Amino acid sequence: MPDFVELWVYLSSSPLFGLTATLAVYVLAQAAYVRLRQAPWANPVLWSVAVLATGLLLARVPYPTYFSGAQFIHFLLGPAVVALGWPLWQRRAALRARWGRLLLAAVAGGATASASAVALAWAFGLPREVVLSLAPKSITAPVAMGIAQAIGGVPALSAVFAVLTGLVGALTGRYLFALLRIPTDADGWMARGFALGTASHGIGAARALQVNPDAGAYAGLALGLQVVLASLLMPLAFRLL
Amino acid sequence: MAPMTPLAGLAWLLVFQSAGEALSHAFGLPFPGPVVGMVLLFAALFHPAVRAPVAACADFLLGHLSLLFVPVGVGVMTHLGLLEDYGLRILAVIALSTWAGIAVTALVLKGGRRRTAGQDDAGLR
Repeated sequence: MPDFVELWVYLSSSPLFGLTATLAVYVLAQAAYVRLRQAPWANPVLWSVAVLATGLLLARVPYPTYFSGAQFIHFLLGPAVVALGWPLWQRRAALRARWGRLLLAAVAGGATASASAVALAWAFGLPREVVLSLAPKSITAPVAMGIAQAIGGVPALSAVFAVLTGLVGALTGRYLFALLRIPTDADGWMARGFALGTASHGIGAARALQVNPDAGAYAGLALGLQVVLASLLMPLAFRLL
Repeated sequence: MAPMTPLAGLAWLLVFQSAGEALSHAFGLPFPGPVVGMVLLFAALFHPAVRAPVAACADFLLGHLSLLFVPVGVGVMTHLGLLEDYGLRILAVIALSTWAGIAVTALVLKGGRRRTAGQDDAGLR
């Protein structure tokens, strides 16, 4: 059926394809996630990425062709980072009351995540550009790409590492918190959400938001703080190294 | 007015992002434009004319935050060679460092709570 082939070639090269595929797959993955009672392993980002990447490879659609459509969704990450000012503003009273401890936790947690990634990557003998691209992986993807650029990493790699980092937090956070005996009272949800936002940014925050609204708010706060701290401190730290 | 509200919110977000980009470039700031935009937005939210539309749009946008990571995530398909060579080590680095970051953050907050119950709660006041 040459007509079908021709039609597919036409459709798959149009920006409409990447945009439609991304939204449709994500909506299905999200529905399945809800149906599976939001089990961590059913994470909608994980399955959307897996299904889309496999589909594109099998259909031999190059990534740039896909991205020409998906970029319209990607673009919204900028306004979304700006929008993080809103949950921060809503929690400004809590922020003012506990800013010392939260700031300490944000600096300690963020520095641990980044420094341990660089140290381990170096110890494992990974190439230099991979090591540098791993440094900002706990920061939300669009900002991680900017920081990678500033410190000599590869922005596209950092974006992928950031997504993987988010998934590790979203998928395993619950078990780690149980191991650390973090309770599920008000303070416990604050610690859980703030930790997820600090070390696994938007994807961890999305997970926290689904589990508990307070955890979600503190995760948003944490990822906003990481964005500010990391974009200020990380280029400085790497200039000194 | 009501149906326009989320759209006006998106307009505000883009205005603050643009202002952030402009400031970041003009003064060579170490922050990316959207981060500067976030700080500007925080200050502007004290004004009700900004707050109502931004709240409507931001809640929607942040409620679907994980969707926005899918396009870059699919980019993993362009790095299959690298992942074939170093995939296991990279995954180990990412998992271990993320757990370390989560644990340190959570324990600092948990430890802080225990200390405030004990000797000094000066940090609270």
